[in-house]
Amino acid sequence: MKVEPGTKRFLIGAIVFLALVYAMTRAVSNEYVFFALYVVLQFIVLATAWNILGGYAGYVNFGSGAFFAVGAYTGVALFKWVDAPVLVQVVAGATMSGLLGLAVGALSLRLRGIFFSIATVAIAIILETVVVNTPYLGGAKGLPILRPGAPPLFHSYLEFVFFLMAVIAVVAVFCARYVETSWIGRGLRAIRDNEGAAECSGVPTLKLKLFAATLSGALMGAAGAPFALYLSFIEPTSVFNLNYAVSALAMPIIGGMSHWIGPVIGAVLLGTVQQLVTVTISSELNVLVVGVLLVVFVVAAPDGILGLVAKLRRRRPPVRQEAPA
Amino acid sequence: MSDALLRVDGVSKHFGGFTALSQVSVQIRRGERFGLIGPNGSGKTTLINCVSGAFFNDGGAIVFEGRDISRLPAYQRTRLGIARSFQIPRPFSSMSVLENLIVPLEYVVHRGSLHTADTRGEAMEILRGMGLADKALTQSNQLSQVELRKLELARAMAARPRLLISDEAMAGLSGAEVDEVLDILFKLNESGITIIMIEHIMHAVMRFSQRVMCLDAGRIICEGTPAETVANADVQRAYLGH
Repeated sequence: MKVEPGTKRFLIGAIVFLALVYAMTRAVSNEYVFFALYVVLQFIVLATAWNILGGYAGYVNFGSGAFFAVGAYTGVALFKWVDAPVLVQVVAGATMSGLLGLAVGALSLRLRGIFFSIATVAIAIILETVVVNTPYLGGAKGLPILRPGAPPLFHSYLEFVFFLMAVIAVVAVFCARYVETSWIGRGLRAIRDNEGAAECSGVPTLKLKLFAATLSGALMGAAGAPFALYLSFIEPTSVFNLNYAVSALAMPIIGGMSHWIGPVIGAVLLGTVQQLVTVTISSELNVLVVGVLLVVFVVAAPDGILGLVAKLRRRRPPVRQEAPA
Repeated sequence: MSDALLRVDGVSKHFGGFTALSQVSVQIRRGERFGLIGPNGSGKTTLINCVSGAFFNDGGAIVFEGRDISRLPAYQRTRLGIARSFQIPRPFSSMSVLENLIVPLEYVVHRGSLHTADTRGEAMEILRGMGLADKALTQSNQLSQVELRKLELARAMAARPRLLISDEAMAGLSGAEVDEVLDILFKLNESGITIIMIEHIMHAVMRFSQRVMCLDAGRIICEGTPAETVANADVQRAYLGH
């Protein structure tokens, strides 16, 4: 199979990135580093997944927390039930959240406009209520999860989960990049620009929207699946936290929604700042940081950091010729 | 009539209690230049929305090349060969002019054979035919009004239609620009494309059309040659303001 030069570069970059992440697990002994960076990686997945539907197709998901939580609780249920290994949990979590995306989409994406967004808010509330009332999943008081021992090649289970999240992040970004650069992405952008015109240009709008909703949901589920094993604990208020929903949309908006790198930049920036603020100031203030940055960007730079960079490039004055003596 | 490309058969459309179309029947022949006129709100755009699939008709049937397409979604009708331009231009504004054309080329013409298709080359060719080649890489939200109209037609053409519906492609253009768009439509028709033109600019419709139909309040009040239509008393009363 012929591989495009851009894809080749991306794949090499991804392998180098994963190699560095693995090297880090060997070299760094402070577990907190993995604990903090895991969150950043997790946000890369969430932001990238959100952008596939929200950025490319223009359908805003306010319920990212629900998709994340379905992944997390699918993982927990399987772990409790059959001691399923984490990889199985990730695949199952992605499948369940993908199906949830498809279902919410099938119900609400036939209509244009805000109905999908409203449905995603509703689904988050419904699912949280379901979990709170399901004793098997720990109900409102949550469920402690005993992490297995360190797998081969890793010092601890946390290191392993950290590396796993890096792999999921690479897969998520790869999917987003593929969608964006292929005919699928062009169709999604046509839908965002003008759905009626897209349909009349032969774009099967409903099918494409459902595809995007399913893929986006699946990736969010994959991000959530290892959560309980990462934290050794799960409870509904933290997984259904509004913070996930807000961050998942704030990061692409701040980074830039037009290119797959935008959500990655947004997630790395915001994720890191949040972690730093949590450690140095307070864990309450980090939510404020997201809010303030979101407002600032929406007002001052609606195309995000990518838009700012493009603007600066255009404005850069041409190189001055040296005046003759 | 065996050479009918499109048959609209007793089509009705209601919006709540309002009847936008009532028992409209018309046949469009292959290769024909067909004009659709009528006062604002008479149902012209509703009719072509029913033909192109933006709305489903409530009663009657829409038959394209012998096949009832009344229940097909719009994108499938485009794939069968019905393309349209929009009254108010609807460019894909985040894309360049060229990319606007690549959408139908990818989703209609070269579906399933994308890796072998030269969609950019084909798109350029269409743009050259429309006189838009020098704007190919321009962002489509930077275009002038006449360029937007041409882009509407170019994008419709990129779907390689057999039937092109031009919805007021000339509204708001200057005299010279109207002639320019008319020339393009004549050229397309010569290449074998059947064209339905909705237009308020009477001299353009009359010059262009071989047959004209006038709608008023969702009913056909006249159908015939341009000369017959203009002479018709109902048309004069309802539309021409005599």
